[in-house]
Amino acid sequence: MLFLGWPLLWGGQFFHLIAEEWSPDRGLYGIFPMVTGSIAIALPALCISLPISLGTSFVAATLAPPPLRRGLLTMVRFMAGVPTVIYGFVAVFLLVPFMREQITGGSGLNILTASIILALLIAPTMIVFFVDGLSSVEKGSCLAVDALGGTKVQKLLYLQLPQALPAIVAGMVMGLGRAMGDTLISLMLAGNSIAIPHTAIDSGRTLTAHIALVIAADFASMEFKSIFAAGIILYVFASVVVVLLRLLTGMSMRRAG
Amino acid sequence: MLLPLFVSISQSSKKGGGMRSLGKSVLCSVLFCFIAGVAYGDDFDIFAGQQGMLKIAGGTAHIPVMKEVAELIMTSNPEIRITIAGGGTGVGIKQVWEGLVDIGNAGRLATDEEIAAHKLFMVKWAIDGVGVVVNPKNRVTDLTGQQLQDIFSGRIDNWREVGGEDRPINLYDRDASSGTREVFWQEALKRSEVAKKANVVVSNGAMKTAVAGDPYGIGYVSVGHIDATVAPVALDGVAPSLANVKKGSYGVARGLYSLTKGEPAGLAKAFLEFLLSPTGQKIAMDKGFISVQ
Repeated sequence: MLFLGWPLLWGGQFFHLIAEEWSPDRGLYGIFPMVTGSIAIALPALCISLPISLGTSFVAATLAPPPLRRGLLTMVRFMAGVPTVIYGFVAVFLLVPFMREQITGGSGLNILTASIILALLIAPTMIVFFVDGLSSVEKGSCLAVDALGGTKVQKLLYLQLPQALPAIVAGMVMGLGRAMGDTLISLMLAGNSIAIPHTAIDSGRTLTAHIALVIAADFASMEFKSIFAAGIILYVFASVVVVLLRLLTGMSMRRAG
Repeated sequence: MLLPLFVSISQSSKKGGGMRSLGKSVLCSVLFCFIAGVAYGDDFDIFAGQQGMLKIAGGTAHIPVMKEVAELIMTSNPEIRITIAGGGTGVGIKQVWEGLVDIGNAGRLATDEEIAAHKLFMVKWAIDGVGVVVNPKNRVTDLTGQQLQDIFSGRIDNWREVGGEDRPINLYDRDASSGTREVFWQEALKRSEVAKKANVVVSNGAMKTAVAGDPYGIGYVSVGHIDATVAPVALDGVAPSLANVKKGSYGVARGLYSLTKGEPAGLAKAFLEFLLSPTGQKIAMDKGFISVQ
């Protein structure tokens, strides 16, 4: 990617590309609207997904009786296995008309729609992380809380949650990475317009969707080169997420050891 | 490749009742494919005994057809290698007269000077027409060219202004690499700017799904793709139908041309003949173009 993207980096066009707007008819190939689009879709998705995932993991890790816990975890794992395109397809026929008629107006294809479905998509990943974190608290400490007469809720809030904090942060980073990297949901639901989004009901295009849309352009064109700029930014983002993840898991290991 | 499949099926059919009927039906379908292949075989006769390398470059709209045709030819005759590159109409014409490629694809007629100066030979093998479509619930069935340009540039943003309901217009556009968009942008929008807030979809199929699901949407698809799920909009009184495009009365269309330097010969000649054969024309129609036959 660096090799193919090198002419861009070398010519100083790279920073141009990041800052400019996208208008091939006028010879502008900037990917700034897509960078904002990616962030504007991934962050709200995380914000919607976090409370849901936390709540579900509380129930699945401790609060519910064991049979229900197992059922819940099975369902979450099943959700994680559903292909992305199914979520997108169902949303196109159910959520999009609902958004158009009831909430946002316009075409129903917008950042909010995409964020909601992305939140649903990244929730299982986060829940699995959270549940692992919450249930890997030392047995001795749990018994101690029980011996002191602490309730389940007290145990969760004062022992398990602080202990599982690194796992929760790791899950969030993982979820954000997935939301940022997902192509199909934003391609199908976000509308892919090239305007910089200003509100949640604007249509927007993510970096990944941009790559998917422009990949058919011929190899020598500037459009095609801009894909590499988009790829580099995504790659940098993914690397940052992985490094963060490593650091956080390292921290939690040290704490446990 | 067929033989191992055949063997494995006949083995599995020995195992028991359920498997046997399944095996038989698979066998039948395999045989059917084989027979269908033979029936199509006639058009490939022109490639018998041919061999070598054929280089093709140019218009991007041609690529889906070229790819499929090339695959079929290379499968039927492994001695032939065909490479296909994009680059656009300009590249196609330039490279064919420079002798860099054997066949150059163009989405427009080569100019008289180009033809005279380089002795180009041109074959038109399909027509690409693009029609404006709206949701079938929409009352608007006719727009002028100017209205269309105003709608896509965002100057008209409510259906009321063109005789529809009092609802905002949702624009659906294609990505810049789309051949369909190129025709639409040049011939219908006269190269005027498209509003940035337009939603962008990935294919003719996705465009139909989007417009079919959005009562206030407007988009455009290749004429070959128009069906009952969307309503075609007449442009300056002319409906985008296959018949009108063929007659030449519907303007948002262009021919798909392939050019050679001088009279085509050998492999290039066979390739162009195949494009015009029933099989070649059927592939072009499958990809949403209009047959010239």
